Amino acid sequence: MTTTATAVSADSKGVERSGRRPGRSREGAGRPGFAWAAPAAVFFGLFAIVPLALVVALSFASWNGLSDPEFAGLDNWKKLFDDPIMIKSLWLSLLLTLLGVVVQTPLSILLGVWAAGHQRNRAVLSAIYFVPLLLSATAVSVLWRAVLDPNFGVPAHAKWLFGDGNLFGMQSSAIGVLIFVSTWQFTPLHTLIYQGAARSVPRVLYQAAEIDGAGRYRQFFHITLPQLRNSVVTSMILMVVGGLTTFDTVLILTQGGPGTDTTISAYYMYQKAFKSFDYGAASAIGVMLILVATIISLVMVRLTGYDKMNSTMEGM
Amino acid sequence: MSRRRPNILAGFGSTVWLLVVGLPLYVMLVATFQNRADYGSNGPFALPEHFTLDNYVDDFNSGFGQYFLNTVIVTLSVVAIVVLLVAPLSYAIVRSRSRMTGLVFRLFLLGLAIPSQAVIVPMFFAMSEVGLYDNLIGIILPTAAFAMPVCALILTGVMRDITPELYEAMTMDGATHRRVFFQLVLPLSKSGLSTIVVFSALQAWNGFLFPLVLTQSAGSKVITMGLYDFQTEHGVDMPGMLAAVVLSMLPILLVYLFARRALVQGLMGVGGK
Repeated sequence: MTTTATAVSADSKGVERSGRRPGRSREGAGRPGFAWAAPAAVFFGLFAIVPLALVVALSFASWNGLSDPEFAGLDNWKKLFDDPIMIKSLWLSLLLTLLGVVVQTPLSILLGVWAAGHQRNRAVLSAIYFVPLLLSATAVSVLWRAVLDPNFGVPAHAKWLFGDGNLFGMQSSAIGVLIFVSTWQFTPLHTLIYQGAARSVPRVLYQAAEIDGAGRYRQFFHITLPQLRNSVVTSMILMVVGGLTTFDTVLILTQGGPGTDTTISAYYMYQKAFKSFDYGAASAIGVMLILVATIISLVMVRLTGYDKMNSTMEGM
Repeated sequence: MSRRRPNILAGFGSTVWLLVVGLPLYVMLVATFQNRADYGSNGPFALPEHFTLDNYVDDFNSGFGQYFLNTVIVTLSVVAIVVLLVAPLSYAIVRSRSRMTGLVFRLFLLGLAIPSQAVIVPMFFAMSEVGLYDNLIGIILPTAAFAMPVCALILTGVMRDITPELYEAMTMDGATHRRVFFQLVLPLSKSGLSTIVVFSALQAWNGFLFPLVLTQSAGSKVITMGLYDFQTEHGVDMPGMLAAVVLSMLPILLVYLFARRALVQGLMGVGGK
């Protein structure tokens, strides 16, 4: 039954596509044609796919934005891998991403599972909880820049905790601030992901466990956590892509400093393009970021067998 | 359920996190109601000695009204474009058997992995070339494009849940695709539609990189740019700066207060699917 239906609609495809205007008699019987998807496809192609192709092309060109771009082969790429700041920026991006994942994942799993429960004060607490989700990275960065300002902010009034150190003046503390701020901003989002997933864990599993006499913590490790594995992958991929492409936070909080100690790749790309006007090199960094993010995501999907575990996605 | 003991550890942990989230918000709010001298001498935790709204008034006088208006225009346009384009797209993805449509869906899935920063260089030159540099339209178009993949993913997820029997029943009655779309698909996808409205509105309202690279003059600045300028130009005026932060998030915060449940559920769908 289904196969014939498919075959018929495949046959009538040509008819549907030529008849743009949905004619009452003919189209009603079949399925909507490509015309319904076309406007979105054209728009997306024009403003996302074409620029993507252009940035790949530009990564093989030498261009200062004024003269015409010239084909330069692998020059930009060679330059990149000979550039110590570039190599350092890549490591910094990976380090920040890794630290972000390590700090945020356990935190958001715990908070998400907690928020999925039925505590009396949960609604009130989570109302404040999710506010950072709504703020722009710009607002968050400006807020924390003010709160952590060495002269007017909290450190000036809590010397017992911060000493008289300028948090933005040392690499380790500057990185610490960046990790903390992104944790502050993004933990609520991942908490939401885990909250949704934890709510959809079948109740029978817990009932069975309770009959077997399993306590709260055993239930958490043996039921909740395994059931969350797909969400862990989803959330981690979001963290990786988000972490590798962090930009506003660095621009406002540290300006890549002290020195180039927090110059991550995305920020370095911006500088290459709009401060040094080396658009070829900037494009190469852009392409590299896309490649690294895609590879890490693919590896994570493969390693965790995410692509074969569609069954636990049901009900999400 | 009722016989369970309270989970003390979880309660403690969640309270700590509440403080981590809440304290900076408190500091921010309180700072905006005092003058610079008081803030400097009393520190960020003290309640305002002389309550004042001057910080907000000053911000508004230094252009934030214009930035506000621009951001509203950008946000409404982005939401309109996304909904108008993604709704029929998702309908086609779910219902069409055309090979082209399948290809388009793959293209959008690929788009999920493209960070908007990666294309900022060609975008800058393309917009300059067609004369849309420093024009709100120049921000609206790419912002909408990059919000589309996630929105398509969300909406197709919701539309897939509509049972085939409903389509069949309508088709039997001789309904056109247009009627099926408007009388069946759209009404049954309300939750998905509100999610993509929320998501694309947040994207547009909070956008930073496209406005940073694609605009320049005060007439076309959006609120995030206003904030960024404030920080670079008058970075020591903490109360004024924090008032600007509050202004930048006020509309969203108001929406959040009134429609928290819908908003949170919408955002939940972003990561959950």
